[in-house]
Amino acid sequence: MDPRNTKNDDWLFEITPKNKFFSLNLKEVWQYRDLLLLFVKRDIVTVYKQTILGPLWYLIQPLFTSITFTIIFNTVAGIDTGTVPPFLFNLAGITIWNYFTSCLNDTSDTFKKNAAVFGKVYFPRIIMPLSVVISNLLKFGIQFLIFTAFYIYYYFKGATISFNQMTLFFPLLIIVMGILGLGLGMIISSLVTKYRDFTYLIGFGVQLLMYISAVMYPMALIEEKLPSYGWLVTYNPLAYVVETTRYMLLGIGNISVLGLVYTVSVTFIVFIAGLLIFNKTEKSFIDTV
Amino acid sequence: MKDIILKAENISKQYRLGQVGTGTLSHDLNRWWHQIRGKEDPYLKIGDTNDRSTKGTSDYVWALQDINFEVERGEVLGIIGKNGAGKSTLLKILSKVTAPTTGSIKSRGRIASLLEVGTGFNPELTGKENIFLNGAILGMTKKEITSKLNEIIEFSGCERYIDTPVKRYSSGMTVRLAFAVAAFLEPEILVIDEVLAVGDAEFQKKAIGKMQDISREGGRTVLFVSHNMAAVRSLCTKGIVLENGTIIFSGKSDESVNYYLDNAYKTGLKPIMNRNDRKGNQKLVVKDIFVENSESIRVEELHSGEEYFLNFEFEKYGEIDPKQFTIVVQFKDDNDNLINTIATDELASKFFEISNHGKIQIHIPKLQFREGKYTMTYMISEKFAFNTPHVIIDYLQDAFVLNVIKGDYWKTGMLNRPKGFIQEASICLVNEY
Repeated sequence: MDPRNTKNDDWLFEITPKNKFFSLNLKEVWQYRDLLLLFVKRDIVTVYKQTILGPLWYLIQPLFTSITFTIIFNTVAGIDTGTVPPFLFNLAGITIWNYFTSCLNDTSDTFKKNAAVFGKVYFPRIIMPLSVVISNLLKFGIQFLIFTAFYIYYYFKGATISFNQMTLFFPLLIIVMGILGLGLGMIISSLVTKYRDFTYLIGFGVQLLMYISAVMYPMALIEEKLPSYGWLVTYNPLAYVVETTRYMLLGIGNISVLGLVYTVSVTFIVFIAGLLIFNKTEKSFIDTV
Repeated sequence: MKDIILKAENISKQYRLGQVGTGTLSHDLNRWWHQIRGKEDPYLKIGDTNDRSTKGTSDYVWALQDINFEVERGEVLGIIGKNGAGKSTLLKILSKVTAPTTGSIKSRGRIASLLEVGTGFNPELTGKENIFLNGAILGMTKKEITSKLNEIIEFSGCERYIDTPVKRYSSGMTVRLAFAVAAFLEPEILVIDEVLAVGDAEFQKKAIGKMQDISREGGRTVLFVSHNMAAVRSLCTKGIVLENGTIIFSGKSDESVNYYLDNAYKTGLKPIMNRNDRKGNQKLVVKDIFVENSESIRVEELHSGEEYFLNFEFEKYGEIDPKQFTIVVQFKDDNDNLINTIATDELASKFFEISNHGKIQIHIPKLQFREGKYTMTYMISEKFAFNTPHVIIDYLQDAFVLNVIKGDYWKTGMLNRPKGFIQEASICLVNEY
């Protein structure tokens, strides 16, 4: 017998029923980096094919939401945004919030939406949600440009808004938001393969979540007006991201180090949990989806 | 010296039957509870073998059970079996689309799978963009694709449309483009599921040629699933035959194909009263099929050129209009090619009465089949005329096997060559001076 066959350790890989507890194969993901980029390109190129306004649709949605929020929450309900123009206050919150929801929504049906491709060919499944988070980053970039435009406009009109040294850390905040959306999305996408109930949950869940994430009001306000329900917001990691965004970009509100540490820890836990569940699901979801 | 590149050990795959959803949560919890206490999965013990036609007692079936095989480098392994034998499940496990329930597959090479052509094609993207996307999905890097781009485009024959969105392509062009991408894959192990059955004849020929190149010159290992026995014979070096989720034969490709066909004939020879895959309203049921020679003696082996009577013994249970009574009998050779049909409507046979019991007798004055085994399918129906809609009464695929042995059709003292059909002919030489 050929000695090569007697030793078992020179197999390139092995397909087995159960995963090791944690088996994110980063090397494999790296091998498929071209696929990741092509998916990102596909997402960007195909979304607005056969539309007249094209990527302008990216701008219309946050602008109109901000206008609506300004009318309802600031003009009618009278929420005070201090020295910052209410419109800009809302736009900042909505821009970062949109990035989170688009990451969450688009990753949460990864398995269901791609069942046809996943059922026919193997590639590291995590490529799909990753590509979503990256292509949404571009969408966020466009929306951030429009925010910048209004920022300059209000600045020259004499509004008291200012950058500070914390502004430099804004990219990190975006990454935290993306990872949080990705982590939650991966958990939900895994659950959806078996229990479709979660599709409905995510639909209105995200809507409700926005109201306790300090998107259209400063965090301090909820503690002042609704002290008994304030914990809903103070325990919500998303609220800290939104609040910190406004602090970094507009110089209002306060920055809570404890809150940010809490947010990053939650993000880390959610992301790891998401990876674990996603990894476990990708092995045999095709039988149950 | 053996150079094993792929090794499957005790592969099994269990599926849950019925609706996933009701009862899954309770099963999941039960499974989890067993896992926590360190016990075995309670649902792994139960499960029937996968025989589609019989009703099982368990909610779980084994689509595959204890599959073991080894593939050497450069070998082309054909996987054959009837529908539902577990071929596709095996391919899905090999291509990592789904995990086995037990067992493991060990590999020394990168596996690329081709279970479908054009996976991930996006209709909005152009042909060229889709080549890149599809290639990357199949595991190629951008660099590899770029270096082969011209060859791929040329092989597909879609050069003119390469910058047009794929949604404007004809379905044939899409398939050509998709196959072209796949044809230039260069993994160590290639897993293919009947993708050759696409495109027009010219393209199929090209595709088969390409496949042969891949395995012979490229020295690559190919695992190939097909119903096309001719393709398995010509492409594969080894074969395994699957039935109800287990390997019932493995050996050289020719031997495997023969075993599979023989086995298929065995089911064909099963008394047809025991068959439960009949279709139709069963107003009339064929109880037995047999062949008699000119002396009315039942025969098992037929000789080319002799006279025979093909009998279908029937019982009638409902009213049938004799004027609309039609029977169509088709014969297929061992590569599943239809080679002959006998039909009452073509012959313009007319009947005026059908008794409750009797037989339909097809008279064959001179058998024109050459040596070989021919499976017969029959369909009895009611219809007004040729090519009009009909109501199926009794329809059974592969109901009977004609076992033809060499005969002397022309009465010249020479035995006829095997396979196919004997054409009435005479040959003369026209000399011109």
